[in-house]
Amino acid sequence: MQIDNETKIRMLKEMLKIRSFEEKIQELYHAGYIPGSMHLSTGQEAVPVGVCLNLLKSDYLLSSHRGHGHVLAKGGEYKYMMAELYGKKTGYCGGKGGSMHFANVKIGVLGTNGIVGGGICIAAGVGFSIKYQKSEKVTVCFFGDGAANTGAFHEGLNFAAVLKAPVVFIIENNQYAISVPRKLSDCVEDLSIRAAGYNMPGVTVDGNDVMAVYETAKTAVERARSGGGPALIECRTYRWHGHHAGEPKDGLVYRSQEEIDSWKEKCPIKRLREALIAGNIITEKEVDTLEKEFQQELERAIDFAEKSPYPDAEALYENVYIDEG
Amino acid sequence: MRQITFREALNESLRYNMRNDDRVFCWGEDIGVLGGAFGVTAGLINEFGPGRVIDTPLSEIAIVGAGIGAALGGLRPVVEIMYIDFTPGCMDMIINQMAKIHYMFGGQSKVPMVLRIVTGAMGENAAQHSQSFYSFFVHTPGLIVVTPTTPYDAKGLLNTSIASENPVIFVENKRTVNIKGEVPEENYTIPFGNADVKRQGEDLTIVATQALVYDALKVAEEMEKEGVSIEVVDPRTLKPLDKETIFNSVRKTGRLIVADEGCIHCGIASEISALVAQEIIEYLDAPVIRVGSPDTPCPFSPPLEKAYIPGKQELREAIAKIM
Repeated sequence: MQIDNETKIRMLKEMLKIRSFEEKIQELYHAGYIPGSMHLSTGQEAVPVGVCLNLLKSDYLLSSHRGHGHVLAKGGEYKYMMAELYGKKTGYCGGKGGSMHFANVKIGVLGTNGIVGGGICIAAGVGFSIKYQKSEKVTVCFFGDGAANTGAFHEGLNFAAVLKAPVVFIIENNQYAISVPRKLSDCVEDLSIRAAGYNMPGVTVDGNDVMAVYETAKTAVERARSGGGPALIECRTYRWHGHHAGEPKDGLVYRSQEEIDSWKEKCPIKRLREALIAGNIITEKEVDTLEKEFQQELERAIDFAEKSPYPDAEALYENVYIDEG
Repeated sequence: MRQITFREALNESLRYNMRNDDRVFCWGEDIGVLGGAFGVTAGLINEFGPGRVIDTPLSEIAIVGAGIGAALGGLRPVVEIMYIDFTPGCMDMIINQMAKIHYMFGGQSKVPMVLRIVTGAMGENAAQHSQSFYSFFVHTPGLIVVTPTTPYDAKGLLNTSIASENPVIFVENKRTVNIKGEVPEENYTIPFGNADVKRQGEDLTIVATQALVYDALKVAEEMEKEGVSIEVVDPRTLKPLDKETIFNSVRKTGRLIVADEGCIHCGIASEISALVAQEIIEYLDAPVIRVGSPDTPCPFSPPLEKAYIPGKQELREAIAKIM
């Protein structure tokens, strides 16, 4: 498959958009500006970007607790995400959701989820609704390797397969379920082989190679869109930081610095950046400019979040039920 | 007026809603060809086909979870979980997803879904097919909880539930499924939060739900001969709860028994008792009595099950105590 240069530049740009966001909010979190808890996806950027470049705005996306990257890759904007992280009224969810519960229905983001595996069965139903309404949309559902061991994974994939629902399930395998490594969690090499149990295609791909993710997802998304049913893709990647921001020793309790460094060597952004520069597709200077632009946009987003009001006290009681008069 | 069973009234409502709104579909275990474990969906597959009346895999998490997804995608799912006893396996979907999606995403999305569940002890089904813990759902912000008693209430409330923009837990008690009652052929709705005074009385209020409404009505008739006039109030929906109708009755009679098949401890009967105690205690002439299942699992052996199920005997004992 030939990927045009424009798409390759867009891949780099989208990954930088996520990396810049995650690094900035990590800084803000440690400085005490962002309350609560949050789960960073630094190092995993190739997965959302490679997948979402195959989607239309009208397609649906469901995600996990580690969902900032997915929301950004589907078109989420810094300022509304930042305001949500600050717990402000102007955030995507009016400050009701925070890091674990982002949604922006207008761009098809139906929700990230605080329950591991919580979105998988829901995605099967969203897929069913597409088929039922004879629409040509596609649903993608991101979750981690931990979620692949929940009962919901089995039920959701089987259900989607039986209904031939247009859903692409993406395992973002970052090697750890909080502190528990893969070797203690399952007995297979490739989690994607589980797809065979549902008679759907299952592929494992290098999740730090954005072009490989893009091509694999393209096949699955096109298949789903044309009525071929669901698919499972496992993307092998790694989270650079602890399970959540502020985790003691930032993940070093259960893994070594050497391991972390070896994955940093495989950084998806570094790989693409070097390849594009070597191929004369983009210049160092252009990449620097891109990074600067994201930094400026982040500063504006922080300013927006800081200046935004907190939700009114009565918001506590709003949106529990829809008023039916 | 013609008389039909509770089950037939629900079937009529489903048929009406599916004819009038393409977005409405049903799924669950054995609801298609078999027509549901209690026959509520009988024959629907013949009229609407297997694309809208769907026999699902035996996967409760997915039955509820994918129902939620279908609602998010613009449909109006009517989802059946065969017994309330099977909901603990999919409680994450009910409590963390179905109930909370509208709130935690700041009102952006809605889950207009009806989850039908069968409750109650009957026919020696033992500990895992006999429970009535729907008070748990009342305890969960975001859910509507509907507990119809008569065929008339069943049809009107299911119509309202399917039309609702909110997620609804629709509770069907086994003991009432085949009881007949008057049901108009035309379509109608019953608003949520609207209790029904099933019998007028002066001396004692019995707030009862589902099968216990029938028991209370029978006992009230017996007691009339002994000179005790009993008012029977059926809340019909536990959330929202029509406090005013309950309070008005208690203000008139001064005595209250709350009868619900759930375990007495921390159940809806406790909640209604607490509300009365907190807000209108000055009208009470005697302590409130709760009637419900004991704090035990439901046993299998017929005489033990009989002792477990709250009914007329327990109501008579409570009345003797309160009067």
